[in-house]
Amino acid sequence: MSALIETENLTRILAETVPVTLVKDITLSIGEREFVAVTGQSGSGKSSLLYLLGLLDRPTSGALRIAGRDTEPMDEAERASTRLSMLGFVFQFHFLLPEFTARENVELPMRKLGRLGRTEMHERAGELLRSLGLGDHLDKRPDQLSGGQRQRTAVARALANDPPIILADEPTGSLDSKNSEQVFLILEALVHERGKTVVAVTHDLDMAVRMDRRVHLVDGRIAAEEH
Amino acid sequence: MRLILEIAITHITGRGRQTVVAILGVAVGVGFSIAMAALMQGGQDNFVEQLVNTMPHVQITDEQRTARRQPAEAAFDTVAIFGLRPREDRRGIINPTAALTWLRDWVPGRIAASLKTQAVIRYSGRDVGATLIGIDPETERGVSPIIDDFREGNFGALDTGGNNIAIGDVMARRLGAEFGDTITAVSSEGLTRNFKIVGLFHTGTTARDEGEAYVLLKNAQILSARPNAINEIRIKLDDPNAAPAVARRTEAEFGYKSVAWQEANESLLEALVIRNVIMYTVVAAIMLVAGFGIFNIISTITHEKARDIAIMKSLGFAEGDMRRLFLLEGVAIGFAGSALGWVLGFSLVYALSLIRFELAATGQEITRLPITWSLLHYIIASAFALGSAAVAGYLPARRASRVNPVDIIRGAT
Repeated sequence: MSALIETENLTRILAETVPVTLVKDITLSIGEREFVAVTGQSGSGKSSLLYLLGLLDRPTSGALRIAGRDTEPMDEAERASTRLSMLGFVFQFHFLLPEFTARENVELPMRKLGRLGRTEMHERAGELLRSLGLGDHLDKRPDQLSGGQRQRTAVARALANDPPIILADEPTGSLDSKNSEQVFLILEALVHERGKTVVAVTHDLDMAVRMDRRVHLVDGRIAAEEH
Repeated sequence: MRLILEIAITHITGRGRQTVVAILGVAVGVGFSIAMAALMQGGQDNFVEQLVNTMPHVQITDEQRTARRQPAEAAFDTVAIFGLRPREDRRGIINPTAALTWLRDWVPGRIAASLKTQAVIRYSGRDVGATLIGIDPETERGVSPIIDDFREGNFGALDTGGNNIAIGDVMARRLGAEFGDTITAVSSEGLTRNFKIVGLFHTGTTARDEGEAYVLLKNAQILSARPNAINEIRIKLDDPNAAPAVARRTEAEFGYKSVAWQEANESLLEALVIRNVIMYTVVAAIMLVAGFGIFNIISTITHEKARDIAIMKSLGFAEGDMRRLFLLEGVAIGFAGSALGWVLGFSLVYALSLIRFELAATGQEITRLPITWSLLHYIIASAFALGSAAVAGYLPARRASRVNPVDIIRGAT
């Protein structure tokens, strides 16, 4: 089985007056249906690693392959289209577009991809939101939703184009324990029921322990890894 | 693309008042540009029309553009000759009947021949120098608008037997002569003839009103002792724009100097071009100012929406999409402004066209502003507006598209 995400000596150094090393020599292989926690102190480079994996940032050196494809030679447009079809993001803050309703926000990546017709997109967005328990809030704008509802909408948006990989950056970081639990269960279900690969950055060790695999970073390097 | 358009519209409608101000800026610019163009073009058309109406379109005179070579010079080609006494030419257009027949054959328009000569008009001991113009009233009617300028008598009366003359009212006043008086004309040849005033005209051009006198061609020929001679042919064309071509052909085949009205008024027409350059400079300046308004709002939006840009990029929108988004927002404002500007421009031009005023000098004429309606003015104003909107949108759009999502997302966490 070929790995979905594969890195070799992935390194990212910020070219400031004093160069700052964000991540250093990360070699990882993440397969399908994996539920991976990236843990570490704040400043350990866990978010930086996630941005590299999500093609939001370019590594200084090292290789990154997504679904077997080398990302090094891709230009900006190709990286954008890979993000669109292969990757789904969930951030600590919901990052929904404030002018659009929950359903429209979920439709956004689908419309950009343009693979489905308008009515199909509409229905799919509705289904995704309903499956995450937001059936009553389809046409509400983000400011009319609670924090947990917004974060679940963001998960629905990440799933819009049915990408094999979901990248989550502190997905429960700004939620209370009840909502955190709810979002965690959703992510877990994505792996076990929908067959996604979820990579979640978290500093919540209780949560990390419940995931299938943990990668612990210290100062940008992998300090420990357990399955 | 429709998605980008929807987001663009959401962005600009989300900033109601600022958007309205930017749109109004463009609209006022477009509207006033249209009104100004209509007025400028109207004035110009009016001016050219008067020029075309009052002047012959092509004027052929018995002159050559270069001085005639003397026979001696032609005979001794390589010798420089000084102190040559030039041969005296017989003045006038040679063989006028054949020339007129030839012209009537191919020139689409009306042709009149005349003999212009210098004379002194004498009445009750007063002398006034005048250009005596011998004409045929029938053909002259076709080329000269003077028929409409008669205060007393009329042009046709020249033909009604006897020696008749039509002079300008200023000349009549200087002579102290009245309609119906008999004056004496003395030609440069020394010949004298009496004429009865059967017409007084007032063209409004003082030089003509005090210096021109019209008689029958036959009488002018007798006075200047040049039987059958003419020295000027004037042509009024069906299409005034064909004048240069007709003049060129006539001069090439006929040999005499032929001047089209455009050539005769070159400096005036040049001034009109300069006027247009000034007008379009002002239009461009107005649009530049409107462009600043657009630049301002799009810049503000890109700053405010930096987070949204980061989100959309992380979702898989490319830099090109972001550039298009904000460019489209600029163009949308330009477009809305243009549309509103058309309405404003149309209303302004309509309002201007209703204005009536009295010319102080003459007192009796009610005049309206010269206005030209032209779709071209609308298109040009919109083109300027959309052009400046595109530039004003593109600059912040380019910067926005380069926003690094990581910086924004990190900043939020």
